[in-house]
Amino acid sequence: MKGNEALAEAAIRCGCKCFFGYPITPQTELSAYMAKRMEKAGGVFLQAESEIAAINMVLGAASTGVRAMTSSSSPGVSLKAEGISYMAGSDLPAVIINVQRGGPGLGSIQPAQSDYFQATKAVGHGDFHVMVLAPCSVQEMVDAVTLAFDKADQYRMPVMILADGLLGQMMEPVTFPEPKTELPDKSDWAACGHKNERKHHIINSLFLDAPLLEAKVLERYERYKQVEENETDAELYMCDGAELVVTAYGASARVAKSAVTKARAEGIKVGLFRPKTLWPFPVKEINEACKDAKKILDVEMSMGQMIYDVKLATECRIPVEFYGRTGGVIPTPAEVYEEIKKLTGGAQ
Amino acid sequence: MKKITIITGHYGSGKTNFAVNLALNLAAQQEKVTIVDFDIVNPYFRTADFKELFAEKGVTLAASMYANTSLDIPAISFDLERMAYEPGHLIIDVGGDDAGAIGLGRYADALAAYKEQTEMLYVINCYRYLTEAPEETLTLMREIEQVSRMQHTGIINNSNLGRETTAETIRRSMEYAKHVAKEAGLPLAGTTYRSDLEVSVPDGIPVEVYVKPVWEQPL
Repeated sequence: MKGNEALAEAAIRCGCKCFFGYPITPQTELSAYMAKRMEKAGGVFLQAESEIAAINMVLGAASTGVRAMTSSSSPGVSLKAEGISYMAGSDLPAVIINVQRGGPGLGSIQPAQSDYFQATKAVGHGDFHVMVLAPCSVQEMVDAVTLAFDKADQYRMPVMILADGLLGQMMEPVTFPEPKTELPDKSDWAACGHKNERKHHIINSLFLDAPLLEAKVLERYERYKQVEENETDAELYMCDGAELVVTAYGASARVAKSAVTKARAEGIKVGLFRPKTLWPFPVKEINEACKDAKKILDVEMSMGQMIYDVKLATECRIPVEFYGRTGGVIPTPAEVYEEIKKLTGGAQ
Repeated sequence: MKKITIITGHYGSGKTNFAVNLALNLAAQQEKVTIVDFDIVNPYFRTADFKELFAEKGVTLAASMYANTSLDIPAISFDLERMAYEPGHLIIDVGGDDAGAIGLGRYADALAAYKEQTEMLYVINCYRYLTEAPEETLTLMREIEQVSRMQHTGIINNSNLGRETTAETIRRSMEYAKHVAKEAGLPLAGTTYRSDLEVSVPDGIPVEVYVKPVWEQPL
């Protein structure tokens, strides 16, 4: 199945009842799949008039307690930023998918990973986080969607899946979970009609009283602390005894893995650390991966964005080198392999 | 062997991989071959990706001047009528679904002149999500015929599960393929299988896998 289609099918199986989106390459197959399947699955598909409209429809749908999702690619996600901030400020669960392409501006339609800053640091104004998942295969996209809906509901926060054009367009076999029949109960907060039987539930991000807003934000950050403690995830590949650890996520991790496998076979002591959650960043896991490391090589399809989290997480104890391609250019395993050789001096 | 081969099918059914194999096989038999990237919907994983391979193997590639650029518009910037008229074999790799085949309708009249020498093959993969049921596969086939204003002449069974494909994967697809062909009233023109698999099926077509992500290519 194509990555984009798998994301859509997984969402339907997770009980996603509302999808609002606006087509953009390289994400369009997701919307197209939803257009074909959502109605048959008893849900709502609506092509909004803009990305901003779509995200606000998600805000509305999520307020009623149903599982809602939107998807786009980089320029469209910038447009959604305001709505995401409002959702975070209203403690609303939702899933947002970014199938990244080259930027800035309209950029290119080829794959990129240059929205890492946006996703993990600045997808909208205000004190808040969204959880960010980084799958690296079509199967992991399916698993990420399942996790995203569950965690969004559990912590009442938006969760973003940060994919890229390559993952969205590529074809791989997948296994789907059985459709969800039982969904979390949201009746204690959802605005789904009080029938004169209870008080109004109010979904709101505006606070007239500053200390009240501060208290609200502090409460939210308590939840974020829980997320940071409990929800990090990463893959450590051949990190035992690795003197060089390559750090990469998503499609660039697939590229890096090929290079690491070849280098290891030649006796070079190299491993791969691949975060599966970008926020929260797997701090404990990267330090475990780098316990024998003398150097880190960060590989991204950007000018270097995750590299700052790598440095922070390792508290700059280990020198971090960088190899990246950008603008929609994909690094090749051969290029990464050359970098590995350069940094390790080849096999000992 | 017909002079013109038109290849259609569902998104991701493996049209491009089949077309690339066909072109390279014909070129290896000293045929003059032109392959047309007629994909107006897919931004990547398309025929034009193999530009260098075609140049090396002596296959002429015709693709939109915008293929693999960021100009994401459904443009055709080559002269298909001239290519059909010229001697040599012409392979037209059409985009996925009816959406991808719309552009072909514009050439239906011109290509009608070569009807006797034209085959139009519908590529199927029973493991693809929206065409798992034979009825869905047949509906899509008719939708493609409607927009392209042309009729298919055969079915190619390209059922596979990517790199997880085994001989059993192919064997299990045969019943589906035969059923689709029978219902469509068309011959099952062939069943493809990766050339390293030991598969025994009627009209088997061994293929190499060219369409794959960068990390699966030899390092």
